[in-house]
Amino acid sequence: MRVGVVTFPGTLDDQDAARALRLAGAEAVPLWHADHDLKGVDAVFLPGGFSYGDYLRCGAISRFAPLMTELVPAAHAGLPVLGTCNGFQILCEAHLLPGALVRNAGLHYVCRDQRIRVDNATTAWTSDFAEGQEITLPVKHGEGRYVADAETLALLESENRVVFRYSGSNPNGSLNDIAGITNEAGNVVGLMPHPEHAVEELTGAPGVDGRGFFSSIVSKLVNA
Amino acid sequence: MNLDTVKRAGQTPDERMPFAELGMKQDEYDRVVAILGRRPTGSELAIYSVMWSEHCSYKSSKVHLRQFGTKAPKSEALLVGMGENAGVVDIGDGWAATFKIESHNHPSYVEPHQGAATGVGGIVRDIMSMGARPVAVMDSLRFGGLDQGDTRRVLPGVVEGISHYGNCLGLPNIGGEVVFDPCYIGNPLVNALCVGLLRKDQIKLAVAPGPGNKVILFGARTGADGIGGASVLASATFEDESQAKRPAVQVGDPFMEKLLIECCLELYQADVVVGIQDLGAAGVSCATTELAAKGTGGMDVDLNLVPLRDPTLRPEEILMSESQERMMAVVTPGDIDAFLAICAKWDVPATVIGEVTDTGRLVMTWDGEVIVDIPPGTAADEGPIYERPLHEPLGQHDLNLDTPDTLERPTDLRTTLLQLIASPNLSSREWVTSQYDRYVRGNTVLAQPADAGLLRVSEIMPGAEDTTRGIALATDGNGRYAKLDPYAGAQLALSEAYRNVAVTGATPLAVTNCLNFGSPEDPEVMWQFAEAVRGLADACKTLGVPVTGGNVSFYNQTGSAAINPTPVIGVLGVIDDVAKRVRSGFTAAGLRVVLLGATYDEFGGSEWAHVAHGHLGGLPPRVNLEAERDLATVLTEAAKSGLLEGSHDLSDGGLGIALAEACLSQGVGATVSLPGGDAFVDLFAESSARALVCLKPENFEALTDLCARLDVPCYGLGETGGDRLVVEGVLEATIAELRMSHEATLPGVFG
Repeated sequence: MRVGVVTFPGTLDDQDAARALRLAGAEAVPLWHADHDLKGVDAVFLPGGFSYGDYLRCGAISRFAPLMTELVPAAHAGLPVLGTCNGFQILCEAHLLPGALVRNAGLHYVCRDQRIRVDNATTAWTSDFAEGQEITLPVKHGEGRYVADAETLALLESENRVVFRYSGSNPNGSLNDIAGITNEAGNVVGLMPHPEHAVEELTGAPGVDGRGFFSSIVSKLVNA
Repeated sequence: MNLDTVKRAGQTPDERMPFAELGMKQDEYDRVVAILGRRPTGSELAIYSVMWSEHCSYKSSKVHLRQFGTKAPKSEALLVGMGENAGVVDIGDGWAATFKIESHNHPSYVEPHQGAATGVGGIVRDIMSMGARPVAVMDSLRFGGLDQGDTRRVLPGVVEGISHYGNCLGLPNIGGEVVFDPCYIGNPLVNALCVGLLRKDQIKLAVAPGPGNKVILFGARTGADGIGGASVLASATFEDESQAKRPAVQVGDPFMEKLLIECCLELYQADVVVGIQDLGAAGVSCATTELAAKGTGGMDVDLNLVPLRDPTLRPEEILMSESQERMMAVVTPGDIDAFLAICAKWDVPATVIGEVTDTGRLVMTWDGEVIVDIPPGTAADEGPIYERPLHEPLGQHDLNLDTPDTLERPTDLRTTLLQLIASPNLSSREWVTSQYDRYVRGNTVLAQPADAGLLRVSEIMPGAEDTTRGIALATDGNGRYAKLDPYAGAQLALSEAYRNVAVTGATPLAVTNCLNFGSPEDPEVMWQFAEAVRGLADACKTLGVPVTGGNVSFYNQTGSAAINPTPVIGVLGVIDDVAKRVRSGFTAAGLRVVLLGATYDEFGGSEWAHVAHGHLGGLPPRVNLEAERDLATVLTEAAKSGLLEGSHDLSDGGLGIALAEACLSQGVGATVSLPGGDAFVDLFAESSARALVCLKPENFEALTDLCARLDVPCYGLGETGGDRLVVEGVLEATIAELRMSHEATLPGVFG
């Protein structure tokens, strides 16, 4: 199983993403933003960071990277794609996922360990979780408040496309406590929390609850 | 427009030069004239004035700082000592760590966000210029009183600046300090620390050897940032729009800095760098003179080639600009293409602006005319050195006589505990630290509120997979202790940072320091400074940890009111097996709680005297370096043997605060009884060389044996468990109450 990890200028969590994939038994393949080349990977992970310094809007410039012109049609064709934090923002800017991430309600960057409920355990990246399961992952962002128009929100809810919801307190004022969503087909998932930071006991933020994302994709690819 | 060339300077020897406006004294200016044998050009004056400034030349502090060298303990770990951009320490298995702390106090008062942000940026480039990958940052912050209005302006801006810049770079922020005291209201202290890792055989130095090698300026283009004083020069010499006042505070672009980090690492990997220097204070002036002075001795630079963001800049301004995110490298002609290609990959502008020579002269041209022609060493290394007059402050004796012994002591110790744990300096720092990314890159083993930050090494750098080591870092300082006795205060700051590293299980190895003081022209401040340096140098010798570098920040005073003398000390340690680190606080129920070290009736400069009585007087707690060393040995040996389940250092607020914090860290309570006869002293005295540990009951005997062997006092206090802290016969508080008191303070002020 070869899973691509994309590096844009300003990407920060690419090393963590690669490590999390390796620990789950996948091969992490570095993908460079300026290449028109997905290197034949079986899935793609867009990690967090401040691509292009978050200038203009988070993810707004990365969306136009040469690599994205390859990734967008591949995702439409069913390639599993996970975007965390800035990766989620890029997926929204690229219209692979609906809605947008705007400034946190508290106006501050927030780094903390956050309870999250898994509301959809059928996507490519969440099949190893149980629906309703609560996990703890770190959040760390300044622009993580998920917003969408009422119609989009209703659609997401009715189609069970809200994959994760903040449990306990909402760190950023996201509508409907949304922490992560998926596309219609369930192959593209974006979320603000960081599963790649929660895969090791020694350094894992509060634990190893992030492992489920990577075991999910590995078992999907093995069984494909 | 007249260009002040070397030729013109020779023809107009009597032209008045604005040296005083640039902060230069008459005798310093006369020395420049003597060195050059003529009056300096405007550009030369720009270079000398900034290189001979207090900030760059250490002219008032040098005679004292020498003790860090002359008294330095023998250390096999020290690879690069003072005088380079940062010290380098051998951490084993072929790897080295480089670390340094630096102040950005004045800019952070003027413009808190950018001042603090560029403080982080500057120290990160210092670490990069040693050939290292920056791997973490810490910040030691001091503000005016929490209830003072300007603190609400300065603190949120500083925190946001650090948060935005540091988070954007992908460097975990793993610790530091936040302290409030009215003495800092007009002079907040923003001290930023960065640590980096590198292979120990790949250290880079700021040298420019090899005539014919090219000088490359790379990173951001040069603008009118931080020129401040240079505009005086431009306006005095020329009559045009450059008279406009230039901004005095630099503006940072963390995205460019992140690109610069990755670009530099790739340049090092490709081995295309002969020498490298970051551009910080004094910008191109500093980089060219220092590189040339340490190399073959000469350099030719064409200033017209410096890429500009503002095309109206005059050469004097280019020389003094403090535009951020710039580096200067010396590269062999054969490597130029490879160098430029790597810069292009990372979208980092890079320009050849000059060449190394063997002429012994730094020569700069502008529009084909020579505007600088100086021996670079005279600017870089031969600045003025002052033996400033010093004497003990007039009120010092009375201050020391005004002991806290007569202060009324409380009987309701529960109320005192809840009051202290909610006080500005002991309350939760979460409001600040939750704005910093402590997880990025996934190598953070411990971060705030743990006593020290701890990183694993193996995953950080390619090729390090086989090492099990980790590095620990802590910073500490206590201005109140140092005010009462600067010699002891510096030693206590070192003791605490040293102890904080040891409680994680790491062995302290080396020291960096940021010495924040008032005006060196005030003999009383100079006495404080001299005493603090002497104390620190003596203590480093006893503890066997050398000073590897640091920074002096003078003039932290408004009018005649100086800040409390505030030496901030950073200690770096190594743990051989990072998996054996000791976590912070009480980590499970059913563990024995043990106090290590002896407690005395010591309240001078204490948090209790400050909070309960607004009192500062007497003498600080006794320094006991031998006891610190033995305590550290107990802690590191116990960690190595796997005896400990948790630990916490005792410092401000004493045992009571340490117990409460240990309960709060994981939400595990404890029931303890006090060892001494006076519960107030037991709970709140701030005696040094103490720590709290918890361990499985079956390991208790092994710990007491270890303590007996090293003669470290050891008291079994009780056991962990339950939902409250119970000090038998004295007080009881639930974790929920403690948490509510602890966590409400900063949000109550800052929202």
